[in-house]
Amino acid sequence: MTAQNPVVSMTDISISFPGVKALDGVDFRLFPGEVHSLMGENGAGKSTLIKALTGVYTVDSGRMTLAGEDVSFSGPADAQRAGISTVYQEVNLLPNLTVAENILLGREPRRFGGIDWRAMRKRAKELLTGLHLDVDPSSLLGDHSLAVQQLVAIGRAIDVEAKVVILDEPTSSLDADEVAELFRVIRELKSSGVAILFVSHFLDQVYEISDRLTVLRNGKLVGEYRPEELLRIDLVQKMIGKDIAVLDDLERRTHSGQSGGDLDGERPIVSAIGLGRKGAIEPLDLDVYEGEVVGIAGLLGSGRTELARILSGVDRPDTGELRIDGVSRRFRTPRAALSARIAYSSENRRAEGIVDELSIRDNIALALQADKGWFRRIPKKRQDELAASYIAALNIRPANPDALVRNLSGGNQQKVLLARWLAVAPRLLILDEPTRGIDVGAKAEIQKLVANLAENGMSVVFISAELEEVLRLSNRIAIMRDRRLVADIDNDDLTVDSLLAVIADGSVASGATS
Amino acid sequence: MSSILTHRLFWPVVMLLVLFAVNLVAFPGFFVIEVKDGHLFGSLVDIVRNGAPTLIIAVGMTLVIATRGIDLSVGAICAISGAVACSILLGSPNPGSVGTVVTAVVVAVAISLVLGVWNGFLVAVFGVQPIIATLILMTAGRGVAMLITEGQILTVNSPPFKVIGSGFLFGLPVAVLIAALIFTAAAVLTRRTALGLLIESVGINPEASRQAGVRSRGLLFTVYTFSALCAAIAGLVLTSNQTAADANNTGLFIELDAILAVVIGGTSLAGGRYSLAGTLVGALVIQTLVTTVYTVGIPPIATMVFKAAVVTAVCLLQSPTTNAVIASWRKPIAARFRKAAV
Repeated sequence: MTAQNPVVSMTDISISFPGVKALDGVDFRLFPGEVHSLMGENGAGKSTLIKALTGVYTVDSGRMTLAGEDVSFSGPADAQRAGISTVYQEVNLLPNLTVAENILLGREPRRFGGIDWRAMRKRAKELLTGLHLDVDPSSLLGDHSLAVQQLVAIGRAIDVEAKVVILDEPTSSLDADEVAELFRVIRELKSSGVAILFVSHFLDQVYEISDRLTVLRNGKLVGEYRPEELLRIDLVQKMIGKDIAVLDDLERRTHSGQSGGDLDGERPIVSAIGLGRKGAIEPLDLDVYEGEVVGIAGLLGSGRTELARILSGVDRPDTGELRIDGVSRRFRTPRAALSARIAYSSENRRAEGIVDELSIRDNIALALQADKGWFRRIPKKRQDELAASYIAALNIRPANPDALVRNLSGGNQQKVLLARWLAVAPRLLILDEPTRGIDVGAKAEIQKLVANLAENGMSVVFISAELEEVLRLSNRIAIMRDRRLVADIDNDDLTVDSLLAVIADGSVASGATS
Repeated sequence: MSSILTHRLFWPVVMLLVLFAVNLVAFPGFFVIEVKDGHLFGSLVDIVRNGAPTLIIAVGMTLVIATRGIDLSVGAICAISGAVACSILLGSPNPGSVGTVVTAVVVAVAISLVLGVWNGFLVAVFGVQPIIATLILMTAGRGVAMLITEGQILTVNSPPFKVIGSGFLFGLPVAVLIAALIFTAAAVLTRRTALGLLIESVGINPEASRQAGVRSRGLLFTVYTFSALCAAIAGLVLTSNQTAADANNTGLFIELDAILAVVIGGTSLAGGRYSLAGTLVGALVIQTLVTTVYTVGIPPIATMVFKAAVVTAVCLLQSPTTNAVIASWRKPIAARFRKAAV
């Protein structure tokens, strides 16, 4: 295969955004007739690379060739004309139009200045038959399952004589049969010489379909591999990386004090019994004791966020029960969980966390105020005290309570959000990726804070893609894989490698289960 | 200097002052306020009095818009409230008694509150888009008012009722006092309690607010009901002023004027931060425009076009693009000032 010339070749590509180097000297090659998986955790640069390839972003430096010729695209339409088609995670078609209209939108066959509907249906039918899809071209797209919609999107992509088809998380909402159908279509495309760039966070699927893999981490190229030459555990290691050498000052004091094992006989403050939600997590059991940090490790999409959302009332479980102090509780809203003093800090800081047009003071007071109700306004003086004390304690910059949160850096926004939850004095604080996308200094501060909180008796569920961080802070680590809880281990002599083994294979190494 | 220029009330206030200046040129007695029979009279008093219904409705609209919503049904609720009050007065053997008028007002307000709860119900419980939810009542509401008046224009002769729209108290028009009362009540209720903060929070980021435990459903009910209350009172003022309930014309298009007042006042239709003071200025701008049309002698057929031109100007002046351009001008100007100072 490598004897051929690559259809796409990107050399030394760099793209910067204000404050971030999204891609840093990345090389990438794509050959005709191959399925090539692009791997990496959030923020690795996968989507930036795809957007560079499809002309959404212009590259700052580097060289891009398509079929041997230098190219630089002025926009997505330009890239599409050159033969690069993209099928996005969220099917971006029009559900209220017919299948045929969707496939040929913008390229309708014309006749006498109008649309030649018959030719259009015929062309669509040919395409669908080519994919062995039995779908009526004149049916409404929205009436079909998401899987069929996805395949129609692929039909649309190949109608433009695509040389390259990019599939970005195409399987995230499909079930096993639908995935099999999709893979059948992908293999057909491949045999016709189309190059396919595949992005998925499901390792099994990546290993099943890919001919080659490119791994990115923090905007840098880690390497290009053949799946049969790369063990899963090595892949996961390359994706997550092990080179986070900050925080020498933070001792593993979590182990000197209480650990999960010392708490036998005590009742957990929160326990999940067979707790599950269809399409989110399989039923699982989990206990959290007082003053304990429970880490949740797992890859993106493993169900770690879904678990947190169910524990905190953001999503409702459909099976199992949740006990608080041994009493079964049903949280219909996050408000109910908050009144039981369980706070959830979303991984999606901008969309679900901060209220960006409000001031630091208002953001900090929000949850406490919501709990008190609208009538019992927290006096201005008390609000100022709250803001001042958290600004000082968490070192929030700018130290101006009237500053709009919109204008703060990511790390400071995260601290404001933490202050909001701390202000309600939670018994259980669930932190979902609290250190993602923030600078090293703020990261260290937040980690210290978590350790301090646990020492003072607060329970913390700590979710992070960075295993070092989870290992450093947690008394106990729950490992999620493909929406299941596969292990719940005391953090006594765990290492990144032993965690990786569980994450990659789903099996627990030599009797470390608690 | 720069803080005045970037203040969000800067352009609305400038516009108001420009309109005042235009009026003063066309009619030198514009600012003169006389006392006749212990009552205040003058162009400014007329502006405030005639603008009172729009201001009352715009106050309620401001809070609705702050939650990312909109209430198109206020004009129809005006008509219903007026129709209910007038039909009670006409049905009573003694329409001139204070007791009858109080009954009519209370019933009209109560019915409007029910309509507000209905709007809140559609938006908060069923998640219907506010523009659609209130469009229902906007169209159906005038029909309901027609049914109540049986298609007639109900003319009433009740001195106590007439006081609401055209009476005077302490030398001031009663309508103005009512508007002032509602404006103050809304300001105190939202800013002295946490209501304002929670409304803004829901308007800026509903999901973050939900996760912070804000009860957005209750808030939505509250703002739509309050908006209907405002509309009911505005309807009574209008009806009382005309001494007649006209299902077709009472409060016609007043929802658009109210929305304009809110927007001119600097509250974004996207929801979030709101300014009741801005809405006050906005309502005054709109009413002053109407007056200007008469004082300057613009032909009535050109009124709408004139109004549209002024509103366009205000909106363009407030747009982010204009602000960016002004900011880019200001830098070199500020630099020049500094040089001059040295």
